[in-house]
Amino acid sequence: MKEQDDKQIIIHVDNLVKKFGDFEANKDLCFDVYKGEIFGFLGANGAGKTTAIKILSGLSSPTSGIVEVAGFDVYKNADDIKRNIGYMSQKFSLYEDLTVKENIRFYGGIYGMRAKLIKERTHELLSRLEMTDYADKLIAEIPLGWKQKLAFSVAVLHRPKIVFLDEPTGGVDPITRRQFWDLIYEAVEDGITVFVTTHYMDEAEYCHRVSIMVDGRIAALDTPDGLKQQYGAGSMNDVFLKLARA
Amino acid sequence: MRTILYILQKEFIQVFRNKTMLPIIFILPLVQLIILVYAASLELKDIKMEVVDFDNSSISREIISGFQASPFYTITDFKHSVDEAEKSIIDNTADVVMVIPAGIEKDLLNGMSPGVQFQIDAINGMTAGLINSYSSQILMGINTKLSARLMRFSDQVPQMKQIEISRRFWYNAGLNYKHYMVPGILVILVTVIGMFLTALNIVREKEMGTIEQINVTPIKKYQFMMGKLIPFLIIGLFELALGLTFGWIVFDLPFRGSLLVLFAFAFLYLILVLGFGLLLSTISNTQQQVMFMSFFFLLVFILMSGLFTPIETMPHWAQQVNIINPFAYFMKVNRMVLLKGSGFADLTKEFLYIGIYATVVLSFAVKYYRKTV
Repeated sequence: MKEQDDKQIIIHVDNLVKKFGDFEANKDLCFDVYKGEIFGFLGANGAGKTTAIKILSGLSSPTSGIVEVAGFDVYKNADDIKRNIGYMSQKFSLYEDLTVKENIRFYGGIYGMRAKLIKERTHELLSRLEMTDYADKLIAEIPLGWKQKLAFSVAVLHRPKIVFLDEPTGGVDPITRRQFWDLIYEAVEDGITVFVTTHYMDEAEYCHRVSIMVDGRIAALDTPDGLKQQYGAGSMNDVFLKLARA
Repeated sequence: MRTILYILQKEFIQVFRNKTMLPIIFILPLVQLIILVYAASLELKDIKMEVVDFDNSSISREIISGFQASPFYTITDFKHSVDEAEKSIIDNTADVVMVIPAGIEKDLLNGMSPGVQFQIDAINGMTAGLINSYSSQILMGINTKLSARLMRFSDQVPQMKQIEISRRFWYNAGLNYKHYMVPGILVILVTVIGMFLTALNIVREKEMGTIEQINVTPIKKYQFMMGKLIPFLIIGLFELALGLTFGWIVFDLPFRGSLLVLFAFAFLYLILVLGFGLLLSTISNTQQQVMFMSFFFLLVFILMSGLFTPIETMPHWAQQVNIINPFAYFMKVNRMVLLKGSGFADLTKEFLYIGIYATVVLSFAVKYYRKTV
């Protein structure tokens, strides 16, 4: 990693609070994400990861605080943000009753891509995933791991500045997860910033920087190596356990 | 605009790929049309009548044969006492009992007005009313014949001539019940299919989680709503055309008015009904919720719409409720255009009202559809 100072901030969050009634799901979050990095957002179930990612991607409004994504204010320019981000959730999001190709065409279309460009990218994407033979198969007919990889590729089809991944590898075997991360690295090479939530600690090692959420707060934020050093732990798993139990 | 086209393309692919949806859209309505139109008839056939004749005269026999000649009546039995005949009503083997008292012939010849008694099973008040009026009509016919004959035999001057009634039934001269029912049932079919399809469609996206993916895209609310509305609007209009063609071929439905007026109204009406469906789907989270909610509204609206019972006979408050009942308007317009030949000028009030109503409902649907939670 280079020095953070000469990095360009692409997500800026300051004092973000999200309340559901009396319950504070996000308490005073402050962090920046830099252009081109893989930012890991870790935490136990219910720590507030999904709430935060929904606010950043414009699915939910913050109660208070400053949130800027891709240079746009989340309160005022939600539509500009949406044009510049991709999103893939733990809940599977392609249409089961459409074919692989139809799904790609639909999502490309609603992001305003030209028909010719959609065709080119579809071809490119399918050959990269080695799924050319499955182009006309219904999503319902292909295995889960493939669906996840496809869903990711569709989420970055329009070449967004940032892609938000909410537990993208849930329920997927280790080999497919490894392949999934290969796709993430390829996206980063294309200049896309990746914001990913996960509770697989081995995946945390793949991130450039990691924040760990405990009970709605950010308890730690650093590179995986920095965190291990700071907490005197051998792996991210140990770091996580130390923090979560504290 | 291109965005909407992509949504339309997707919706149509999904509708036509769904193997259970296709028959629901194209075959079910026709089956329902046949069943409902034939079943929802208000004509009474085969009224079971028992007779107690205490007079046994030529006049009493004439009265009986008058009923035997009617296609609506079957005389099932002759009883010797009123009690016996009443038992048949209790046992449900007779719908009506006619009691002819002793001395009816003598009284008539003496210039008195004897009576015939009908005892009618009135569990279904509507049927009882019909039996009553049919019976009176038949008896009246016999009366006229008899009095003409009596005049010839009697040296008395008849006290009063009867007033003859001549009738002409406007717009449905043959009193063909089917011509009245087909337009009404068509309204229900078009509405039910349109409303359910739209309502279920969005809720299904909610259940599948795809709506979340849609919500992170820069799609505009109105684009999404249009994309959901237009396919079902087209299907609804197609449904109407299909039903009308079917009504024309099978039920010989008259087309007195302009189809253009009818379809123009149907267009506005469908926007209203589909808007209702969209509105319901924005406030429900599961298909179950939305089904129950649509079912509630549909049931109330259908029963109050004037399909079976005329709105004019409803109590005042019910007529007021019908101001917000979309069915009532389309039912009226459909019947007026098809049976009466009403044109745009006769229906400006309905057009205006449904137009405003549709705008209001649709704006609420767009407003309540939230891209954020």
